[in-house]
Amino acid sequence: MLYREAGDFKTSYVADSQTFPIKFDRYGYYVLLGFAFLVMPLIINDYWANSIVVPFLIYAIAALGLNILIGYCGQLSLGTGGFMAVGAYASYKMMTAFPELNIIFVIIIAGMVTACVGVLFGLPSLRIKGFYLAVATLAAQFFLIWLFTRTAWFYNYSPTGMISAPTREVFGVPVTGPRASAVSMYMICLCFLVASAWLARNLTRGSMGRKWMAIRDMDIAAEIIGVNPLIAKLTAFAVSSFLVGISGALLFAVYLGAAEAGEAFGIDKSFLVLFMVIIGGLGSIFGAFAGAAFLIVGPVLLKLLLVNSLGWPTDLAAHLEIMIVGALIIVFLIVEPHGIAALWRTIKEKLRLWPFPY
Amino acid sequence: MPDTLLFALEASLNGLTAGVMYALVALGFVLIFKASGIFNFAQGVLALFAALTLVGFQSGQIPFSHLINATLGTRLHHFGWNMPTVLAIPATVLVMIGLAILVERFILKHLINQEPIILFMATIGLAYFLEGFGDIMWGAEVKALDVGLPKGMSMAVDDATFNWFGYGFYIDRLEIWAAGIAAVLVAVLTVFSQYTKQGRALRAVADDHQAALSVGISLRFIWVLTWSIAGIVALVAGIMWGSKSGVQFSLSLIALKALPVLILGGFTSIPGAIVGGLIIGVGEKLFDFFMNPIIGGATENWFAYMLALVFLLFRPQGLFGERIIERV
Repeated sequence: MLYREAGDFKTSYVADSQTFPIKFDRYGYYVLLGFAFLVMPLIINDYWANSIVVPFLIYAIAALGLNILIGYCGQLSLGTGGFMAVGAYASYKMMTAFPELNIIFVIIIAGMVTACVGVLFGLPSLRIKGFYLAVATLAAQFFLIWLFTRTAWFYNYSPTGMISAPTREVFGVPVTGPRASAVSMYMICLCFLVASAWLARNLTRGSMGRKWMAIRDMDIAAEIIGVNPLIAKLTAFAVSSFLVGISGALLFAVYLGAAEAGEAFGIDKSFLVLFMVIIGGLGSIFGAFAGAAFLIVGPVLLKLLLVNSLGWPTDLAAHLEIMIVGALIIVFLIVEPHGIAALWRTIKEKLRLWPFPY
Repeated sequence: MPDTLLFALEASLNGLTAGVMYALVALGFVLIFKASGIFNFAQGVLALFAALTLVGFQSGQIPFSHLINATLGTRLHHFGWNMPTVLAIPATVLVMIGLAILVERFILKHLINQEPIILFMATIGLAYFLEGFGDIMWGAEVKALDVGLPKGMSMAVDDATFNWFGYGFYIDRLEIWAAGIAAVLVAVLTVFSQYTKQGRALRAVADDHQAALSVGISLRFIWVLTWSIAGIVALVAGIMWGSKSGVQFSLSLIALKALPVLILGGFTSIPGAIVGGLIIGVGEKLFDFFMNPIIGGATENWFAYMLALVFLLFRPQGLFGERIIERV
């Protein structure tokens, strides 16, 4: 009875086109935001932050970025890991070259650098599409990782070839480096995620998002009705890479602390983020969150169940995890090609009409 | 002859033989793409799985022993006998055919009429599933595969080149064999698709699903057939790569290398897969040879993709592919 628009009158166009038109939804969203910003920092501990919450926040940003490219603009990319590496190495170079620069700006600039690299590797998308583009983005993945492991300048000639984040502070609280606490790590990732989601939501429902979707649905028809494919595709690559770069910078600077390109940003990261987008739902902001939550929390739960409760060896659990993820992808593609987001939509529709069947 | 030229020649010869290996994997891709329009990402994992199964049969491993031990607390690992290679290979072929039936039954049947990109992602899921499944079934450690193919340096090539140029080329005998087997495989596949009834049915399906159905060709049977053939090609590729560098996870990564091969050759052309494989093989060896002193090694990791990327910009349909025509 709560979940319906009856009695909730809209008197302006702005009110009618808001993100959460149903009151119950809107208040739920405010409660969730309040919980995330006010309650979580009080109850979060190191274990929760490190194994679930912080990786979820970071990968949700990456999934948002990739979802813009694949879900909204229809350009398949397998280079996410490489673009995350660009963000990480850009933030590392900025942090070491300009120690007095605030870490927030460092991460944003890292995102911009990644956006430029993304546009560069997005250029072929003007001539090729589909699988062909996937291979072109694989070129980005392998070339970038090779570049970062081979060129000593990128890791400041450190003998191990690793990059490690120095301590940087926001308002006097360390957020990167070994002294960063769980709460500060959580808060900086949360702020970036909320800002990213806000950006993604407002871009995708504006004229830019409509152009992307026109290109996705049929690029030739879109071109005929006056969408410039050059601008639409390249902006999608830029925005997507910007978010992916931010997530890479956060992953390295805040979460991992130290990283090596081939290991932390390999092709498996590209697939992980791709799976998040598919399972969550292509072309949905909520889907990016749902997919990231599913693929971050799922393995942790599985590991808890198999290794800690049943006493299985870890390698067996890891293999089973890969198997389950693969099977889930297939099941989702067959049963619900639009992912968790579509399931959620169905549930909401049912709730709205409850207790009547239709 | 100057030394550099000789070394470059040797590098390109080695590239040719490596290219044959890429072409073997690419062949499986082309077969499935031609018959079902599916871009089968799982081809590399299929090769890994086939090789794992072959080794498992040969050494008499008990399938799922790791899993059984973990759940029941037993200590099983081997049956205690070795299967001769002559038996193990047909047994593996049977497993691959069974796998093809399962794939058709549980995945493809449900995805008829979906967009190619959805099917592509489903094969990525299949790749992950098979990777985990193979590891659980046979264990994840690196295994040696020996089916009796000769290995080591080819003395004949060494002698012959030494007599001609005064410098012996190093070429693995295994790779010469691989080239021969690939040639036979291509010949057999071409004959099969041109002259047998099933082969013609296969080409009909590739041309037009609906028309093929209306003249009484069973789409589902053809799909099982294609995936079985792709499984057998994967087995051949798995045997070759497995004998060369051991059966291990990296085997499935050669599938990624086959993608640029396909782009060069065109997705629908069997000769294209071979030529593309050779170009990539020679190209990356020569590029590494000449560029190593300038930009450092390990360029093999990305050269093939970059070559494919540049190539795509000029000829999107590949060397032998059909021209892409788009309509609204």
